[in-house]
Amino acid sequence: MSKYTMHILVCGGTGCLSSQSNEIVNELETYIKEANMQDTVQILKTGCFGFCEKGPVVKILPDNTFYVQVKPEDAKELVQEHIVKGRKVERLLYVDPANQKSISDSKHMDFYKKQMRVALRNCGFIDPNNIEEYIARDGYQALGMALNMDQQAVIDEVKRSGLRGRGGGGFPTGLKWEFAYKNKSDEKYVVCNADEGDPGAFMDRSILEGDPHSIVEAMAICGYAIGAKKGLVYIRAEYPLAVQRLENAILSAREYGLLGENILGSGFSFDIDIKFGAGAFVCGEETALIHSMEGMRGEPTTKPPFPAESGYWGKPTNVNNVETFANIPVIFLKGADWFASIGTEKSKGTKVFALAGKINNVGLIEVPMGITLREVIYDIGGGIKGGKKFKAVQTGGPSGGCLTEKDLDTPIDFDNLIAKGSMMGSGGMIVMDEDDCMPAVAKFYLEFTEEESCGKCTPCRVGTKRLLEILDKITKGKGTIQDIDTLKELSEIIKDTALCGLGQTAPNPILSTLKVFEDEYVAHVKDKKCPAGQCSALLQYRITDKCIGCTACSRVCPVNAITGKVKEKHEIDQAKCIKCGACMEKCKFAAIVKE
Amino acid sequence: MSDLKITIDGKVVNVKPGTTVLEAAKMVGVEIPTLCHLDLHDTKMVNQAASCRICVVEIEGRKNLAPACATPVTDGMVINTRSVRVLNARKVVLELLLSDHPKDCLVCEKSGNCELQDIAIRFGIRDITIGKDGAQSTYRKDESKAIVRDMDKCIMCRRCETMCNKVQSVGALSGINRGFNAVVAPAFEVDLVDSVCTHCGQCVAVCPTGALCEKEHTWDVVKHLANKDKVVVVQTAPAVRVALGEEFGMEPGTIVTGKMVAALRRLGFDYVFDTDFAADVTIMEEGSELIDRLTKFKNGDKDVKLPILTSCCPAWVNFVESQFPDLLDVPSTAKSPQQMFGAIAKNYFAEKLNIPRENMVVVSIMPCLAKKYEASREEFNNDVDISISTRELAHLIRQANIDFAKLPEEDFDNPLGESTGASVIFGTTGGVIEAAVRTAYELITGETLGKVDFEDLRGFEGVRHATVKVGDMDLNIGIAHGLSNARDLLNEVRNGNPRNFHAIEIMACPGGCIGGGGQPYHHGNTEILKKRQAAIYQEDKNKPIRKSHENPFVQELYKEYFGKPMSHKAHELLHTHYEAKDRV
Repeated sequence: MSKYTMHILVCGGTGCLSSQSNEIVNELETYIKEANMQDTVQILKTGCFGFCEKGPVVKILPDNTFYVQVKPEDAKELVQEHIVKGRKVERLLYVDPANQKSISDSKHMDFYKKQMRVALRNCGFIDPNNIEEYIARDGYQALGMALNMDQQAVIDEVKRSGLRGRGGGGFPTGLKWEFAYKNKSDEKYVVCNADEGDPGAFMDRSILEGDPHSIVEAMAICGYAIGAKKGLVYIRAEYPLAVQRLENAILSAREYGLLGENILGSGFSFDIDIKFGAGAFVCGEETALIHSMEGMRGEPTTKPPFPAESGYWGKPTNVNNVETFANIPVIFLKGADWFASIGTEKSKGTKVFALAGKINNVGLIEVPMGITLREVIYDIGGGIKGGKKFKAVQTGGPSGGCLTEKDLDTPIDFDNLIAKGSMMGSGGMIVMDEDDCMPAVAKFYLEFTEEESCGKCTPCRVGTKRLLEILDKITKGKGTIQDIDTLKELSEIIKDTALCGLGQTAPNPILSTLKVFEDEYVAHVKDKKCPAGQCSALLQYRITDKCIGCTACSRVCPVNAITGKVKEKHEIDQAKCIKCGACMEKCKFAAIVKE
Repeated sequence: MSDLKITIDGKVVNVKPGTTVLEAAKMVGVEIPTLCHLDLHDTKMVNQAASCRICVVEIEGRKNLAPACATPVTDGMVINTRSVRVLNARKVVLELLLSDHPKDCLVCEKSGNCELQDIAIRFGIRDITIGKDGAQSTYRKDESKAIVRDMDKCIMCRRCETMCNKVQSVGALSGINRGFNAVVAPAFEVDLVDSVCTHCGQCVAVCPTGALCEKEHTWDVVKHLANKDKVVVVQTAPAVRVALGEEFGMEPGTIVTGKMVAALRRLGFDYVFDTDFAADVTIMEEGSELIDRLTKFKNGDKDVKLPILTSCCPAWVNFVESQFPDLLDVPSTAKSPQQMFGAIAKNYFAEKLNIPRENMVVVSIMPCLAKKYEASREEFNNDVDISISTRELAHLIRQANIDFAKLPEEDFDNPLGESTGASVIFGTTGGVIEAAVRTAYELITGETLGKVDFEDLRGFEGVRHATVKVGDMDLNIGIAHGLSNARDLLNEVRNGNPRNFHAIEIMACPGGCIGGGGQPYHHGNTEILKKRQAAIYQEDKNKPIRKSHENPFVQELYKEYFGKPMSHKAHELLHTHYEAKDRV
């Protein structure tokens, strides 16, 4: 990087790419060339910056100026003003919603202030396609260190760090490695689980897109520790950019002798292959993942045997998630004690969350364990969109549950979230406001799990279907009080009897919403009302006396449900109305109400 | 390793490591209900999908209930198999299964033999409280000549899949689709007939519900019996006589040959003949082919194909045609006994009766479903019009108000009803090759066998081999039952036949025809197969003549009609050819 005096970092994550960040890079290159500064200014396409809400993001170093929502046509001004003349382009800076002042350095933005980037340490800082940039940030040094330790010592270091699996289960990583290490076999495997499948979650994708070498390095360390020569990354084929960057990383690691035979002269040999998944949610479950890699139907089998005893082709196999691996090199670089100093008593380190829903700052964040939900939602997330009232936050994706106002000051860690009826999961965090109907939210998640169930065991295959049918009845106003009891009973039994984690956790969205919002369910079945005003079957649009008879509503109604003479109050034929809401949007006199 | 001490429902028991909770419970007299689980000990098939979740139990210290069938015990484990939590969970799980299962038990083929029905009775289910009006998963029906797939009734126990893939290595069936629509089907959901399915029917034999059944033909038989213009001839396969009694409550292994003949006569068949007769003819043809190949081999003929493989089993023939198309010149060209019988009946016997073959109907009673497919093969020219299973015959007998137990013992008609002990043992694994050896020995050496029982060729092991001294020659014999075992032997042949086999007998079904897909359901009790096998050998012992070439009516048939084995006429009527089948 030495010959350059300035660097323009353009976010090359999937979100920003789809908002034309490639075009931004092209335009920037054109104008830099025009200014004849290509030898001093470097343009880098990096991994995700996390602030997806305001993408595409462009950051200029060394002054750390953070431009948001940049368009290709802004490139000219950015180059001519900022790069050439050293004047910041005010209109592209982030504006703090609290005081309407623009902030130029991302360090001062609330979104970043409380974050702590460990797993995402390189995302947004380096060119993921350039191994030298990774090496420049101490990359592969941890592998070198590990190769000079004995295997048990490597495992002990991971154990001492207190790192727990980031895929959702939270199983102690060092212990998992030790099991695989202790099972003797001529062949063992290291598997990276990159089958990220929670709706709205993109932690693993962002790490693979932004810092693929950290995964390659961590897998090699793990391979050394457990005695495996072969690593496999199971990744969904719908992640083409992550796949491409990972392939690139593997190729260059091989070129640099960091993968392959006799790595760094240690006598240890290790290589990595990529296996593609078709995007089935259940294939994130490790036994299902292994079956899928073997070319079998992606469905789980009973544990024991655990993969550490009998995994890929019956050999001891250690499966860790992407984010878990991303933490490994740092543990060696900064020490297990340093890592263990972050977080709570039983949950060490940081956690990456994909913040989504009715929140101002949608994006990817990494926070130390033990931070409260309130800090995440209000400080980092910037609060609820449109000044609405916070209602609940769903963590743990479809397997998780809803947490409410009273849980906001709970420190986030594996055990606390479970105690509150939700779970850490892989890191999805969806914020809901007063307009979100909880039975409808539960239904949304059940639609997902019902469809993603592999269909192997009865409770999940038939049980989730029946849960969904009941929720459908309730949200359509056809439910009974008995249905609510059935929901509870069936949910508990599915939890108790399903074969794998998918089925065992599928009822969580129902149970957790029922726990706090049972009255909302009751309103649906008893009063046939949706208190949040979301369930269209339970809504009525009505024209009030404010109507002046302008006829705008009757003209926009797609089913001709509105009648009335000019300058006279109009009426909605409820039998015809499809509750699309077009009339209400069109009315300039707030004469149409939804109730 | 030392025994593990565990507690089940308050009873302490010591068990070996590796024992499942289910097995351990059985030892203390606790019968945990199961549905998907199936352990066919002797065929090494264990279906441990743990998918139905009916067998869940409570284990102290565990968060969730655990499936007894797939949970190995650990030392000090405390198990409760009948707590309220367990009973409630089981009932709800069963109700969930029932909520997505057709309620047409009255007209279901498996009614009375259905394990789902049994368990609903055992649990005293009177109503379905969850999902009563819920959606039903429905699928396209698929009927081959042998098997009917009605997947609306599938409970995803995966037994058929385990059988098809693990025991048979056929790979026609596997789980497809997700969630509520998950089901077991051939790849790309093609029809069975377009798949690599061999129609062995072992999937039907293990299916706990009516999802997999045979293609029924009993009423076709009744219609022909009612037609005065037709001469209806029936032939019965050797394995039927040692299993049919089970359908009428008799002990497994009861030999009911005489009662079966009497029943068939009462049903109105004009001639009650025996497939065993044709089995003796098969030995004449196949045995001669073996001698012919061996002689050529001894004389230095480099092109002669050895080993010779038996060709009696139609599922096995289907298997070779679709999976080993490069080995089609290895099996004997002799038709199966069913088809030899058909050809002899519609030519030799029809001529004898002086009726046109169109006026004769040949019905076969088979322990097998692949025989239905075989009978429909074009090259066999409808020699056998209808093939029905042992189970279907039992249906017919019941419908005709025949009290089977009280029937007298009657004899087959002649000439096609006479048979030897050699033909009877066709019904079990190792039998065909033993029958062939009895004849080949005497024909090659010109000596009379001192002892006709070749114990070395008998047994239940999946793959067996033995060397039999025939004159100055050591005859190396291989035997396999179950198609994955057959695959192993075939791969050996493909790779140069290192063990130098001269003859190999293959039966597709575990145990041979006694365990055929058309036999009374064994419900996982493999002891039944062993009893049937013992009965077969008993029936052989009871026969006055025990070598095929000594069957007087077979000798007469050759004298009158074919001349000698492998004559031109014999080739025309008693031999066939194989074609490669390209299937999914």
